[in-house]
This record gives sequence, structure tokens and C-alpha cells, in this order.
Amino acid sequence: MNYDTIVVGGGLVGAAVAHGLGRLGEKVLVLDEGDVAFRASRGNFGLVWVQSKGEGMPEYARWSRHSADVWPDFSEELQEQTGVDTAYHKAGGVHLCLSEEAWERQSALIKRMHNVHGSDYGAVMIKRDELIKMLPGIGPEVVGASWSPHDGHASPLYLLRALHESITRFGGAYRNEARVENIEKDGSGYRVTTAAGSFKGAKVVLAAGLGNRKLGPLVGLEVPVFPQKGQILVTERTEMKFSMPTVFIRQTDEGSFLLGDSHEDAGFDLTSRTGIMADIATRAIRSFPFLKDLRLVRSWAALRVMSPDGFPIYQQSDSHPGVFSVNCHSGVTLAGAHARTLAPMIARGRLEEPMSAFSTERLNVQAH
Amino acid sequence: MFKRINAPKNGKVSFTFEGRSIDAAPGDTVASALMLAGETHFRDTPVSQSQRGPFCLMGVCFECLVEIDGVPNRQACMVAVREGMSVRRQKGAIGVEIE
Repeated sequence: MNYDTIVVGGGLVGAAVAHGLGRLGEKVLVLDEGDVAFRASRGNFGLVWVQSKGEGMPEYARWSRHSADVWPDFSEELQEQTGVDTAYHKAGGVHLCLSEEAWERQSALIKRMHNVHGSDYGAVMIKRDELIKMLPGIGPEVVGASWSPHDGHASPLYLLRALHESITRFGGAYRNEARVENIEKDGSGYRVTTAAGSFKGAKVVLAAGLGNRKLGPLVGLEVPVFPQKGQILVTERTEMKFSMPTVFIRQTDEGSFLLGDSHEDAGFDLTSRTGIMADIATRAIRSFPFLKDLRLVRSWAALRVMSPDGFPIYQQSDSHPGVFSVNCHSGVTLAGAHARTLAPMIARGRLEEPMSAFSTERLNVQAH
Repeated sequence: MFKRINAPKNGKVSFTFEGRSIDAAPGDTVASALMLAGETHFRDTPVSQSQRGPFCLMGVCFECLVEIDGVPNRQACMVAVREGMSVRRQKGAIGVEIE
């Protein structure tokens, strides 16, 4: 059996690309390592977030905005095809400022983003008096917020389930417990050897998250990604409806509040630490004091797939034509762009603009 | 449906479930005391309002949630019965007041 494309990695990144390829009629195989993998997609907070992303790389700001622009149709089509609702809400989103200094910092950032992207960029600063009408329940310390109508949120788990269902319905195959051991040229395509057998494909997409670092050199790609730990707390379910997400707090359709986010350089450690949990809970209560009476029912830690500058890495191999690597820490936000714009490029066999900005060449800066 | 596999410790603890008086042994969890009294419908789920009772009995599954002395969503399997405790079914999601 020869596949058009073998996608290594069954998380949100690999599944979005595989869905996009299947949508174009490609015969796709998804190879998933199994539950021993780090599973960043299962730990994702679930934001579709544009505002304040991409300072220092305008292409990333536009790429995120592009993804948010296609998300409504992307999500609707997934639901029509699979019956799975991704629980996507383009409710707008806010970044709360809990001090005058935070307000000044955020105002300056939004102004710089406007200078690069113009008035269409969308984020605006909103003072407390106005904000409290949009978001009842903000705490006395909240000075204001940046708000963008392009932001929203979705369920990472339902999104992943919908994508996997869609891949199958497009005629694609999914193999679990198929950790990739080797990739080699075979005729005009590639042979991928895994714990579950070997497979042939004309093209290969590496979307294995942190695993891409080791897989890349097999196909002439350097993939400098490293783990950044984030922790999340989950509250009991509540009746209230609180549709607008903030960067640190969102409510799921089922009624739970998710509280994040933390950023730690802790290697491959997946332990929930109480000090970080206390910081997350404290900031959440300062933002919305009504959260103080809610019981926590779960917590977890997950590992973001980070690049040295925090921006995505999209590459195509020079030595191995038809082999690509896809790396980012925003598997939910970028799912729309990966499915609708990146996957067609992969189907055509070459990354096109604006993708050159995301190659690793940007990271190879000479010191002198 | 359930019975003790060893003799209860000395003494007796009385509490109520939905107003009904139930006797338990000291050290019983709320979940085990309720099941011994024949109660298996602990809560109604927030999304589909379906009836649920204890499943794991070790603090993991959150199926045994009840309201204890006015505090909602307590895990019945993780709380020991106390004299005079008032236990009620957890009816779906809780309401939250934004002051």
C-alpha cells in the first residue's frame, strides 16, 4: 500500500494537516506513538488566540489571524462531516491588566502591533468602566484589558476527536502504537519504519511535537524544539454562562472553568506543582473574585512545543524532497491555517509564501 | 445490595440524606454509608441530568458528588460521616453569584 502522505504524529498539528490532505483527496496515513507520548494536544488550554501574538514576527501575527478567520468555516464543516461539535465560540477575547504597569505594558504592545498591522489588526484597549459592562465580575484590581473580536476558544479534545473522525471518513488510515524508528528513501518516495510495521509514502510530514527534534535529522532537517511546561486547574461545573475567554481563564461549554497559564523550563517533567497551582489560583481570583468559592476537581501539566524564539517552524527538506516538518505550540489556534492553507501546499509538494519566514534560517544568526 | 464484610466498630453515627435519617459506623465514608443504606442515586449530571452513583470509591472519578452541610460537589467517597451531617443529592451544576 502506497500512501500519498504519511503524517508522523496524531496530535492536533498532525491531525489538522492529515484532515486538510484528506479533504483534497489524498490517501493519508497517520502514525501515532501511543499514550506514552507527551500528548501536548490533550493538555491544551483551548484558545483560538490572535491578539498580542507575533510581536517581532509580523508573518506570525498574520498567520494566527488568518487561522482565526478560517476557523468558523473549518469548525462548521468538521461538524457537518463528523457530527462532532468542537465547541468553538468566536466570542472575542480579553487580556486583563491587573495593575497600572500591566496596562501601560499591554497598551504599548497593542500600539506597536497597530503600527505594523494597521487598524484592521483589531485589538483595542478598554478601560475598567467599559470593561465591567462586557465582563461582569471582574475584581477591584482590574485596571482594564485589551480586547479583540478575532479571539475565541474551542475544546481541544472535541477538535482532536473531530479531526480523527474526519481523517477516517476521507478514507485515511490511523495507526496507534506506531512509534517511528526510521525514515529512508525508497524509490521516488519514503519508507517509514515503525513499531507497528513499515509503510511507504510519496511524502512525509513530521508533526510529532517534541519528537520532531530526533526525527528531523533522519531526513536532513534540524528541528530545534524544546519543552516548556504549563499547568492548568479545572473547577467544578457551574450553571453560569461566561462566553468570553481571557488569556488565563475560560469556561467550557460543560460549565467548568479552566485556569492557566504558567511557563516553566522544567525539562520533560509533567508533575503538577503546588506553588505554581497557588499562583494560578491567586491570579484567577484577583481577576474574577467569584471564582474563590469554586472547588477544583482536576489539575495537570503539559509540555508546550517551543522554538528558540517562540514562533512556529515550518520546513521542507532540501535533501529529502517531499518531507516537511511542522512545529508550533498553538495547535488549536493554528488548526484552521494548518488544514486550509498549509496542507494544500504540502499536497502541491512545496511550501509557498508566507512560509519562508518560518524556516529555521531565521534562527541561524551569526554572532559577528 | 451491599453488606459489611467485617463487624462495625463500636458506636454509631447518625446523619441525614435528603432528610432521611441514616445510621453509620464511625469511620465510614459518606459514600459507603449511603450505599449500605441502599442509596445509589447520588447526583444528577450537569449536562444530561442523568442519574449517577459511586464508581471508583477512591477519589478519582467524581461520580459520587453530593452536597454536604450546604457545600456542593463534595466527593462522598473522600469524606467520613460525622454526627448530624446533612447530605443532599448534587443536582447538576452549581449556581454562582457575581456579587
